[in-house]
This record gives sequence, structure tokens and C-alpha cells, in this order.
Amino acid sequence: MADVTTPESQPDTTERIDLGVEPDIHGTVTTAAGDGHGAWHVDDGHGHHTSTGLSNNKLAMWMFLGSECLLFGGLISTYMLYRGRHEGSPSPDQLYAIPLTSVSSFVLLMSSLTMVLAVSAAQRHDDRNTTTWLTVTALLGATFVGAQVFEFTEFVHEGLGFTTNLFGSSFYTLTGFHGIHVTVGIILLMALVGMINRSKVPGNKAEVVEMIGLYWHFVDIVWIIIFTLVYLIPS
Amino acid sequence: MSTDHAVVDGEIHEHLDGPGHDSGHGHGLTDMGYVKVAIVLAVMTGIEVALSYSGFPGYVFMPLLLILMLLKFVTVVSFFMHLRFDNRLFTWLFYSGLILAVLVYCAALATFHVFDPG
Repeated sequence: MADVTTPESQPDTTERIDLGVEPDIHGTVTTAAGDGHGAWHVDDGHGHHTSTGLSNNKLAMWMFLGSECLLFGGLISTYMLYRGRHEGSPSPDQLYAIPLTSVSSFVLLMSSLTMVLAVSAAQRHDDRNTTTWLTVTALLGATFVGAQVFEFTEFVHEGLGFTTNLFGSSFYTLTGFHGIHVTVGIILLMALVGMINRSKVPGNKAEVVEMIGLYWHFVDIVWIIIFTLVYLIPS
Repeated sequence: MSTDHAVVDGEIHEHLDGPGHDSGHGHGLTDMGYVKVAIVLAVMTGIEVALSYSGFPGYVFMPLLLILMLLKFVTVVSFFMHLRFDNRLFTWLFYSGLILAVLVYCAALATFHVFDPG
């Protein structure tokens, strides 16, 4: 099978149908005339051979996210192991502000909605709505990070530093790593908005937005786990 | 691959008969569909928070919290990350990493007697 994407600026996909190939919503064209050993995936006329017929970028992103599960699995496990070791500082139950964390969780959840709306707009080639939803997503992400910084500041004032005890170290490492991931996501979102505004997105624009969307949703599902295991279930 | 195509205003739209197909791309939901999914997720989060304040014994509210957490996780992955509509290879890649992580770390935690009662 072969898999060919045509550039958005050259909507010549109808001609390719006549050649016996099958385009999809992204302009991706698939044909059964392959050599049986793979497929061609072409972005803006620059093709590459893939053995699966799927986008290598998307495949790599899912593999990356699978490996990220192992990273956060390790951090969450370490926290679960050490959350009871809070000698010399208030206990987690005394420290956590569930109302604040619930609001920030809701904000991050809604940022996943705005992100998927950005992906949807990108697939419709609607640049204006794409950049609008991406910007809203970045702002919601920044709100979440701001709430986390506020929470950390409060905890330090309460006497829980990074090296105070094992609970503090594992808590700050876990939530800090997640916060860094959110921050990286915000930078990616803003960079993408800038690239779309300057029409400098390389390759298939909808796929690039989808890739960053996958990263953003992953950050959200990690928080879904952290929120329940760390904040809602007492030690 | 169960797809058909229509040409509308020079653009080609793909119609899928069901989840999973060879191109690796899918329509997903409509924008309103995504909003409905987000509302469901928000309601589940509200229930989680209410449960944590409910005062129920641990053996009641902890399983409920874990079930709600898993439901939210699967909902985001299936609908927002489009795994439900995408090629199944992506599903295998992601869930194999996830399941491997859960098994490895549960085994590691078990060696520290984290799951022992009391």
C-alpha cells in the first residue's frame, strides 16, 4: 500500500482519485499499488517510506508517550512508597488544599477540551480558530502552573521543603516533573501559534497540531492519576 | 478498510464505518461531542471531590475513586486522544507501555509491602 499526502495549497486530490488512490480528510492518499512491503507517506511533496502505512511522526509520538508512562509510573510509585514519611513537617492531609487543587484540575481538564477543539479546527484548515483555541489552551495551562507555584509556596511556608523529608522530596519531584511537562507544553503551544501565524508550519499542519495535542492530553491524563492518588486518597 | 469518500468544494471528506482503519487518521467526534465529553469528565471530577469529603469508610470510597480515575483516563485517551478512532497499532503501543509500567511498579511496591493491610 502507498500513502501520499498532498499540500493544502494544491487541492489536486480529485485527480489522484482518478489514478485509483484514496485520499483521507488530511489529503493523505492511499493506494493498493504498493510492493507489499510498506507504504509511502508524503508531506507537502516530500515523501518517505513507512513499513506500516502510518505517519512515522505519529507512531513515534505514541511510542514516546508509552515510555513516558514508565517515567511517571516510577515517580508515582516512589511517592506512594514515601508519602507516610513526613517526620518534621505537617502531614499531607494537613497540607493539601483540595478546593484549590480541584479548581486547577478542572482548569487542566478544560484545557484538554480546548486542545481537541484546536485539533478539530486544524483538520478543517481553519487557522483562525486553531490559533484561538491553542492560545486558550496555553492560557489555561499557565493558570494551572500558576496554581501549582502558589501551592508550592504555601507548602514551603508551612515548613515542607524539598529536602525536609522523604514525603517532601517525592511530592515535589512528582508534581514538579508534571509541572515541567505542562510548561513545556505551553511553550510548544505558543511556538505553534507563532508558526501558524507566519505560515511556517513544516509538513502537514493538522498533524503537527495533533502531535502537540497528544502530548497535552497525556499531561492531562497523568494529572488525573496524580489528583486521585496523591490528593484525594489520604495517606 | 471500511471507508468511502466524497468531494465537496474541492475538499475530500472521509467517512468511516467504524473505529480503526489503515490510514491512521479518523474523524473523531463533532465539536459538540467533545463538549459533551468534557462535561461528563467535569461531572466525574466533581463526584471524586465530593467522595473525598463524604466521610465514607476507605473500603467504600477508595474503590469508587479508583474506578472514576480509570474512567476519566480511558475517556480522555479514547475520545480526546482519538485512540478509539485511530489505527489499533497506536492503542497497542500506548497501552503496552502503560500496562508494563503498572505491572513493574506494582511488583516493586509489593516488595516494600505497600499493599499489606494495616
